[in-house]
Amino acid sequence: MSKPSVNHIKKWWRSGEPWIWLNAGAVSVSVLIVFGLLALIAVRGLGHFWPADIVEMQYFTDETQQVKVIGEIIESESVDAKQYTESGYGEAPAGEPKVIRLLIKTGNRDLQTDFRWLAEHKIKQQSKPGNLIVLERVEWGDFYGYLKQVNEQGELVVEGESAWGELEKRMQRVTALRTEIKSLEKGAIGTINHQLEKLRLERKKLALTNDLTPENIAPIDAQKKALDIKYQALRMDLNRLYSEIERDSAHFEVMDGRVVELPMATFISAQKPNAMNALEKGVTYVKSFINFLTEDPREANTEGGVFPAIFGTVMMVLLMAALVTPLGVIAAIYLREYAKQGTMIRIIRIAVNNLAGVPSIVYGVFGLGFFVYFLGGNIDQLFYPEALPGATFGTPGLMWASLTLALLTLPVVIVSTEEGLSRIPGSLREGSLALGATKFETIWKVILPMSSPAIMTGMILAVARAAGEVAPLMMVGVVKLAPELPLDGNMPYLHLDRKFMHLGFHIYDVGFQSPNVEAARPLVYATAFLLVLVIVLLNLSAIILRNRLRQKYKALDN
Amino acid sequence: MKHTSITEQNWHQRKRAIVDKLARYTIGLGGISVIFAIVLIFFYLLWVVFPIFQSPTVELKHQFDSPFTQNDARYQAIDDSGTLAVRIQSDGMMVFFSLENGEEVNREQIALNGAEEISQIVKVDAEGRQLALVLDNQHLLFLDIAYRVNFVNDKRTLIPMVSFPYGDEPLTLEAIDHIKHLKIVRDDEMLTLLAIDRNRQFLVQSYLAEKGYELEEPQFSSVHDTPLDTDFMLVDSAARWLYLANKKGQVYFYNIYDIESIELISQLTVVEPGRRLEKLIMLLGGNSLIAADNEGSVRQWSLQRDDKNQYRLVDVRGYKSNHSLSILLPEMRRKGLVSINQLGDILLYHTTADRVLLETKLTDKEIKRAALSSRADKLFVETADGQFLNYAVNNPHPEVSWNSLWGKVQYEGYNEPKYIWQSSSSGNDFEPKFSLAPLTFGTLKAAFYAMLLAMPLAIMGAIYTAYFMSPKMRNLVKPSIEVMEALPTVILGFLAGLWFAPVVEENLLAVLSLVIVVPAGLLLFAGLWATTPLNVRRLVPKGWEAALLMPVVIFIVWAAFALAPSIEAVLFGGNIKLWMFENFGITYDQRNSLVVGIAMGLAVIPTIFSITEDAIFSVPGHLTNGSLALGATPWQTLTQVVLLTASPGIFSAVMIGLGRAVGETMIVLMATGNTPIMDMSIFEGMRTLSANIAVELPESAVASTHYRILFLAALVLFIVTFMFNTVAEVVRQRLRERYSSL
Repeated sequence: MSKPSVNHIKKWWRSGEPWIWLNAGAVSVSVLIVFGLLALIAVRGLGHFWPADIVEMQYFTDETQQVKVIGEIIESESVDAKQYTESGYGEAPAGEPKVIRLLIKTGNRDLQTDFRWLAEHKIKQQSKPGNLIVLERVEWGDFYGYLKQVNEQGELVVEGESAWGELEKRMQRVTALRTEIKSLEKGAIGTINHQLEKLRLERKKLALTNDLTPENIAPIDAQKKALDIKYQALRMDLNRLYSEIERDSAHFEVMDGRVVELPMATFISAQKPNAMNALEKGVTYVKSFINFLTEDPREANTEGGVFPAIFGTVMMVLLMAALVTPLGVIAAIYLREYAKQGTMIRIIRIAVNNLAGVPSIVYGVFGLGFFVYFLGGNIDQLFYPEALPGATFGTPGLMWASLTLALLTLPVVIVSTEEGLSRIPGSLREGSLALGATKFETIWKVILPMSSPAIMTGMILAVARAAGEVAPLMMVGVVKLAPELPLDGNMPYLHLDRKFMHLGFHIYDVGFQSPNVEAARPLVYATAFLLVLVIVLLNLSAIILRNRLRQKYKALDN
Repeated sequence: MKHTSITEQNWHQRKRAIVDKLARYTIGLGGISVIFAIVLIFFYLLWVVFPIFQSPTVELKHQFDSPFTQNDARYQAIDDSGTLAVRIQSDGMMVFFSLENGEEVNREQIALNGAEEISQIVKVDAEGRQLALVLDNQHLLFLDIAYRVNFVNDKRTLIPMVSFPYGDEPLTLEAIDHIKHLKIVRDDEMLTLLAIDRNRQFLVQSYLAEKGYELEEPQFSSVHDTPLDTDFMLVDSAARWLYLANKKGQVYFYNIYDIESIELISQLTVVEPGRRLEKLIMLLGGNSLIAADNEGSVRQWSLQRDDKNQYRLVDVRGYKSNHSLSILLPEMRRKGLVSINQLGDILLYHTTADRVLLETKLTDKEIKRAALSSRADKLFVETADGQFLNYAVNNPHPEVSWNSLWGKVQYEGYNEPKYIWQSSSSGNDFEPKFSLAPLTFGTLKAAFYAMLLAMPLAIMGAIYTAYFMSPKMRNLVKPSIEVMEALPTVILGFLAGLWFAPVVEENLLAVLSLVIVVPAGLLLFAGLWATTPLNVRRLVPKGWEAALLMPVVIFIVWAAFALAPSIEAVLFGGNIKLWMFENFGITYDQRNSLVVGIAMGLAVIPTIFSITEDAIFSVPGHLTNGSLALGATPWQTLTQVVLLTASPGIFSAVMIGLGRAVGETMIVLMATGNTPIMDMSIFEGMRTLSANIAVELPESAVASTHYRILFLAALVLFIVTFMFNTVAEVVRQRLRERYSSL
């Protein structure tokens, strides 16, 4: 190895070698960013469900005063010591340039602030007592405390060590009751409300057409009466269930020493994370992940699951795919097989290509103006006059969202299908025609089956794009909280006029519009992970399909 | 049997032919309608936007002879919907009549309580819901006029209702003698009364006023001398400013916010020397005077605050009518003016847009009175020869002009013309400000910073991937970068706003230094690598340099983040943001252009990368082989042959990337503060056209000016991106042809 001289460096520089390395560096940076982002989302999204240990510690607010703090350590940051002092947090330890601060989730939002920053050097005596209990609650977020006793109707049942077993036993009963209440409210009572609303509209419709005669009203009133009776009975059941679920309660000691009584009806789950081994934690992890996928959101979407958002996304995307695939394929076949190839078709092709680059928000604006206000408004005037001035289709909803996104993804399907069609060797067409098949038969029996992977690719890419779009949806149908799913057991089962929830919008809404962003953050990561997972899988499958297709035609060409 | 088979075959053939034809038509129709649907987007946007650029119209709807014999109307106005007119005569007779044919609908005699006649009627609020009647120049009577809507046989009819809010006993003003001018301002429970008598005495009084109760003694009352023979007296609706003016155009301008100490602010002349002041009115909001002289020149004098916080009136704009005006009416809900000159020409003007919207002949007859409905869509004119003319004014979007959308506009309350986007506010007199300039600026700024990051990374990366990288690695790298293109922008935006923005704020120096440190570090590593023994270098085969560099990049970034705090402590006193502010006055916004640029750059990288890579990869092999055979190094071949050939492709990649950056919504929405400011600083945020649409369109009223301007923003985005893409596409097609001919 010779010592590099100035000449060597000059020569090396002139050879262009450094530039090649710089270019290589650009690739490395890009690839690292891609995988870094994916890893970040995956780690943060998946980490949330792991039952974290709860720490009990003594925190010195000053030299002498100390308080007990119970909570989960969320993150730590280092602050410049000078800044720390200037911001009025207190003296930084001498000689240290940085102060470490920990973000502690102390929960119990109904009793105290649920997040606080603590300086690490003031924390003493950390411990993880096994009997610390974490409650997931219907409202007010998580609860941390020590179980003292279990009560029934306000009377003491058990206290001390054995209370935990009793709590677990009674929790099962509460969970069963809650399921029953929910199915009653959403199921039977929901249906009755739906039917009552329909009767009301029927009556109004009669009034509009001046047919409000006693003969016409009588059956409506009779039905209404029957429904009312049914409703009363269900209401009684519901009241009974509610009083039953409120039977049990438990006493907990929280970090400032207070003992609070909480009704068990507000618990969703109770755990002792510090006492769990890895396997138990794993089981809890899987359970909470499944809950995340299957439950409704709670607490202004900052807790609970994302089921309605998943459902809404899937419904919207399916509808969109059903609309866009035939339209795109027909347009592509027209452009490639039927239209006379000339300047006009070339221009159209460029225009279609370019539409893929038009900002999605423009489609949203068009969707809102044309579909919702213009088409929807007119549909309401013609077919739903009884519901006016309430809008049925004249307001953003599932149908308009699907249509708008279908329009948005149309170029993707057209371009992909056209590419597939153009790759089919002309000899195949000629062979089929020479054998006496008509043009349509050639297309239907030879060309389309061969290009089906291309169509599939286009469709998958369209679905992937639609699943991730948010901006246009904000105008044409997405809401932060939809009271009902677009698909249910009431006629006509699929409610195209309903607004729906969407994973992408959920991320925007919870992450940026929520009152308690800190509490919502883990959930946003989890939702983001879910969305990324779906979209990356869809795209990878499209890429694989496309590559297979290309190989197939290479074989044909030979 | 043979026979049937032939007909069967025939039938079968026919069926096939029919199906074929049917398919041809269906597919043709389907294909064309899909293409039509795509074209529809453009035309629909245009259709919604178009009305804001249409000229207004004034159309004569009805014309009838005056049913009134007496010609001593003290007040004449029309209702909101423009179906009824009300006329109060000096004897207290109040007549409501139809605007279609003059048919009398209702008639009511106002009890004058011994007074002889109504000498003057003054509107308490701009829209005339409450009137103050001056009886015999000395007494005051208040009157409320309301209309109840009734549907009789599905026909909308208005029933006028008249009431006396403070009792039917007139109030006598004893402090002054013979009221010449009167203004009344009502504000919740307070009624402020300002009057000038024939002896130049100015009276100001305030009353506690509650509907249904008579006015008690005044809470405050004082009389002042005035310095001129007042011909015009104006007060704004909040009783802050008082203007007294005479025909010579002298205006005395007082602050009366505290009526106990009235203060003269300034005195000025609002007409050119030698001219006479003909009309003086106040614009909606009370911050501007409109002065018209006897030669038809109309000027807007606007209230401004100077450097010393002193108020003054400034001549900001105006227009010229070709003759002296006979009528000058302000619009009640917008900052527009309607003027009719003595030749009978009507002129519609909007002050903020500084635009004469319409100038046309209204009638040849001399005009005596005119009234405008509160929505300014009906104009009711009485001619001197006793005819009533009822016009429909269609002027939905006066506030829009080329200048008000793209230029600097002098808004009321601002000292200089400015670019402002402010579409809504809580105030009633609020004037929406629709300048697209700050939004367009924000859009370009965001795109600029995004391209600054994306262009070098994507193009350099593509060069390496297409030209130097081993095929095996290329098969891995290309799809992984393309997956990023599919990553929903809402996720990039969320990460940028919630994760990256705080990280940048915390480690600003480290992030900024990466621009220098990463390339420098890479070059240093490359130089060191070149000096390592050959057998070590052989461990990494040619074309795998990028893989080798990954740990290096990670190390450099880690080192930058680890070392930055100490460097910051030494060079910038531990806080670079504070240092920047103290030394250069640069403020730091957490969600700023740097964050947006990086996040949006990431969204654009795959687009540029993928197209550039394609363009370079498909440069015909014999060109590079020839160059290499002639002794050029790979790098020389790349710069002299490959890049030159592929440059149109790279250009089109940049265009498409730019199109994407311009239209991106979610990232800017989430990663900036969305404040529409015009500041190029990388540490400030912005609001882009697309984010603005996303934020405001769902709340905007259909067919309002705001709604249409948002559509215009969408149309601008559509056209701009479509143009970028078309240029790119045409360039690419040319390139493809050239490759195939090479």
